[in-house]
Amino acid sequence: MADINIVEKELEHGGHHDDHGHDDHDHHGDKYQSSFVDRYIFSQDHKTIAKQFLITGMLWAIIGAGMSIIFRLQLGFPDANMAWLQPLLGGWIKIDPTTGLGEIDPDFYYALVTMHGTILVFFVLTAGLSGTFSNLLIPLQIGARDMASPMMNMLSYWFFFLAGAILFISLFLNTGPFSGGWTGYPPLSALPQASDGSKAGATLWLLSLVFFVVSVLLGGINYITTILNMRTKGMNMFRMPLTIWAFLVTAILGLLSFPVLASGFFMLTFDRVLGTSFFLNEIFVAGEALTTRVGGSAILYQHLFWFLGHPEVYIIILPAMGLVSEVLSVSARKPIFGYKAMVFSILAIGVLSFLVWAHHMYMSGMNPFIANIFVLFTLIIAVPSAVKVFNWIATIWGGNLRINSASLFSIGFVSMFISGGLTGIFLGNAAIDIQQHDTYFVVAHFHIVMGVAAFFGMFAGIYHWFPRMYGRFMNETLGRIHFWGTMIGAYAIFGPMHYLGMAGVPRRYYRFDKFQAFSEFTGMNEFITIAAILTFAVQILFVINFFYSMYKGRKQTEMNPWGATTLEWTAPVDAGHGNWDGDIPHVHRWPYDMGRHGREFIPQTEPLAEGEIDGGH
Amino acid sequence: MGFTIGALCVILLAVFIVQIGKARELASIVRNDPAEQDEINKFHAGLGMIFMVTFLVACVVSFIYYIPTTLGWGPNIAASAHGPEVDYLFNLTLFFTAIVFVLTHIALFWFTWKYKGKQGKIGLYWAHNETLEMVWMIIPSVVMTFLVVGGLQAWNNIMLDLPENAVSVTLPEEDGQYIEIEATGSQFLWFLRYPGRDGKIGTKYFTQINSSNKVGQTWTDEKNMDDFMTNEIVLPVGKPVRVRITARDVLHNFYIRDMRVKTDAVPGMPTYFNFTPTVTTDSMRRRLSQEPEWQVADKNFDTKQRWELFEYELACAELCGNGHYSMRNLVKIVTEEEYLDWLDKQEGGELAEVVIDSTTGQVEYTYVPGSVKSQYFSKIHNTDKDPLEGKTADLEKLVENKLRVNVYMTKMTDMRNNAELGSADYTNAEEAMNKLKPIQKTARITTDVKLSTEALAKAKAIADAVNVTPVVPVTVPVPDSTVQDTTK
Repeated sequence: MADINIVEKELEHGGHHDDHGHDDHDHHGDKYQSSFVDRYIFSQDHKTIAKQFLITGMLWAIIGAGMSIIFRLQLGFPDANMAWLQPLLGGWIKIDPTTGLGEIDPDFYYALVTMHGTILVFFVLTAGLSGTFSNLLIPLQIGARDMASPMMNMLSYWFFFLAGAILFISLFLNTGPFSGGWTGYPPLSALPQASDGSKAGATLWLLSLVFFVVSVLLGGINYITTILNMRTKGMNMFRMPLTIWAFLVTAILGLLSFPVLASGFFMLTFDRVLGTSFFLNEIFVAGEALTTRVGGSAILYQHLFWFLGHPEVYIIILPAMGLVSEVLSVSARKPIFGYKAMVFSILAIGVLSFLVWAHHMYMSGMNPFIANIFVLFTLIIAVPSAVKVFNWIATIWGGNLRINSASLFSIGFVSMFISGGLTGIFLGNAAIDIQQHDTYFVVAHFHIVMGVAAFFGMFAGIYHWFPRMYGRFMNETLGRIHFWGTMIGAYAIFGPMHYLGMAGVPRRYYRFDKFQAFSEFTGMNEFITIAAILTFAVQILFVINFFYSMYKGRKQTEMNPWGATTLEWTAPVDAGHGNWDGDIPHVHRWPYDMGRHGREFIPQTEPLAEGEIDGGH
Repeated sequence: MGFTIGALCVILLAVFIVQIGKARELASIVRNDPAEQDEINKFHAGLGMIFMVTFLVACVVSFIYYIPTTLGWGPNIAASAHGPEVDYLFNLTLFFTAIVFVLTHIALFWFTWKYKGKQGKIGLYWAHNETLEMVWMIIPSVVMTFLVVGGLQAWNNIMLDLPENAVSVTLPEEDGQYIEIEATGSQFLWFLRYPGRDGKIGTKYFTQINSSNKVGQTWTDEKNMDDFMTNEIVLPVGKPVRVRITARDVLHNFYIRDMRVKTDAVPGMPTYFNFTPTVTTDSMRRRLSQEPEWQVADKNFDTKQRWELFEYELACAELCGNGHYSMRNLVKIVTEEEYLDWLDKQEGGELAEVVIDSTTGQVEYTYVPGSVKSQYFSKIHNTDKDPLEGKTADLEKLVENKLRVNVYMTKMTDMRNNAELGSADYTNAEEAMNKLKPIQKTARITTDVKLSTEALAKAKAIADAVNVTPVVPVTVPVPDSTVQDTTK
């Protein structure tokens, strides 16, 4: 391709100085990566750390999704004999000694639901998504040799690993893992007497998540520092691809909100271990009045939790938005529509995300007057979100759309974000939330908008940047089957849940037959469970494709297979630590010069022609 | 065995699909046809169009199919005064979002089809358009303004606190009066407390909780005397209710689906929800009897149709532990008369003895043990734990306590019929009733008193005729076997 020549020319003629203090680069390793352990385990290369995050995230995704299959079996077929699961789940399957029929223990059901939420929200969609792509793309797209602190970056991964290991161990506790919901509301989570899952399981859950917070903070500080300080020459803020903007705001959100979660978790740990009562007041549990545990407020924890919890959903969705913006633009061979509007939307969402947390708490017993403010800000968020959606659609308009797995998942992302975002307008309105709070409507809403949509963004990113990671392509046929299976499957799972919610069926019910009003959807619940199993099977196809392609996939022969303008495709296919063999390329234009001047695309490294005005303004 | 075979099948299928993928990839490399991507674009953009049409049609069809259970449509109508506001707002939002949903999906997939990639074509360099961007920023802003204003109006109406001078009574007759009940969430059942005839819920504190005092009523508070616990919520239709929601151990959530009522129960912090039921259980059943989905035999009772067994249900909607899914109590909305009847049955029990002091006018009454649901009378009264000892006979308290007077009058009538009522007793009774008259609140009791006045006039005549000598104090034995029950 002609463009590669331009890149090479740029590299030759630049005569640039390396501003970042790195000396010569042998791209197959450096003094920090001389041994196997340094190179593949305690690696400080951001690309390797990205892969570590990704593969760990995928393992957790399989575990977390597998858990959802088990509890979906319970919800879809509550009266079926589950004895066949005993070899896998052991004592959690209660066998009736007279009939020999097995059923899932309610404690275990709630533990599964809790673990599913924790794993997917934190380990998969925070670490697995933001951790992977921030690490992979920030240095490569802004033109840096690595993160500001590769050491901290490595620690970030290993704290994440430690958090995962602790949570994994808690799965095998005698009293079971934590079962108080992924939000861990006290007093249930604070009182070991109240539930088996609130015994050692809750302590390990808290410990695990505190380490996770450390991981996020180490990563976040690094991402922000790197983006602000280590951009290559010419890469001003408005020449950064939207991915980088998204990662920047994500990291800022994480840095500002995760410490608050940590403070809540510390207080909860103190309540559990040291006998304090930050969140406890006037409790009588297990036949005993806790006379010394008064004066706290259970609602205080909810404020602390959701002060993280709401930014957290944007920590999850913003990187996906960034990835999708990039993939859509490159696939449509067209600039992203309204680059600046996209940037300001990201910033607006970032700011507003700190002002809406109590919309999770309309019915929590907090003063109803406060809800006025949170309704206002919550519905205002719909505006920047709508702008983003319209801009994505406008990006496709007039394009020359190359449809592959990555762009299909991007289109799927937009569809999911619309469907899930619109139901947020219902839930953000406190009066509607009276009825819809904690029903399946909420489950449908957040699974579509931040679960499935974020996964779609992640898949788009993986298919698109797989060559950048492994120098090979993923299999396209399997990728497209994966897309259609997931698209149809996800809607088949979560679409019907809206109707459950509109009928008022509460979430987190082990079975529905105790209530007349909630028990009339057995057919729908079976349908959802079957859809979930099939969709899960399709994901296995992705995992096979991923690992197969890593070793046997079609080799990447051109440096810039998608015809992208951004810097990550100017580094050699087998780039080692340090990314570029020679000097770091300089940037002369915004990242979306596609279709300009009748050329298919103009890389960021190409200097502006005489009198040419940089795009995006 | 079945497990193994299943796993093998899945593995085989996966291998099969992977082989197809591999073969297609190889074929593509061998063919080396640059137009191949165009074919792929066309195929998948086409699939996208098919998906979009199918998806939108499925949304509409499934919505129509589920109308019978969807809020605000069909039989799932709100059965409380504020409920229709919630349902209206839901449907208003549905209207706006449905338009956006359909239009954006059509645009998304139609553009994908229209602008599918073709070899040699170059994408349009169209980076932004300020007018267009302003338009699609302003339109959502305007719609959001509508929804925020409408939503906040509804929310503040619904959440409006009671006026400061509002009083809780047995049966509200005028503005500013309401029924107060209390629901206490506990793992894994609701404790429901009624205020009794004083209309006031007594205080409670968690240290008082024990096996016989489930919510921890404090017995020094006289308002607790007539509070009683029930297994179901029974409320009169059309009367404002305030539920005091509390929790004993962990968070719970007081949720009545049909009433559009939901609020967390928080240990150590009472929360409140005010609502007015508007549809009785009976009229809801009659309404459901018109719906085909409800005209089928019930799963559990073949002889009855589903609508005949309809009940409003109280559920828990905040994860509270492994029994969270089973915290169910019935909510029965009844007419005023039925409500008062039910109240009588709840607290009335059976009267064992009434003692009237002719000089002081004090009346002492005793119930058959176990027949009174008031926690105080069944558990505390006449035990050494009773801090209110002696106060129970106070006539002023009796006057406040309409139920007891009501029972008393009934017994008087009985005694009149049996000619057991002396003239001194009559005088005392009349005095008591004169005190009662100004505070009669309910039509029912007023009627009773009228009847009783006539009856007592007769009683006086009878008493005169038989010339009963007054006894001080007069012990009026209650007729028939109940007297013996006191000795048990």
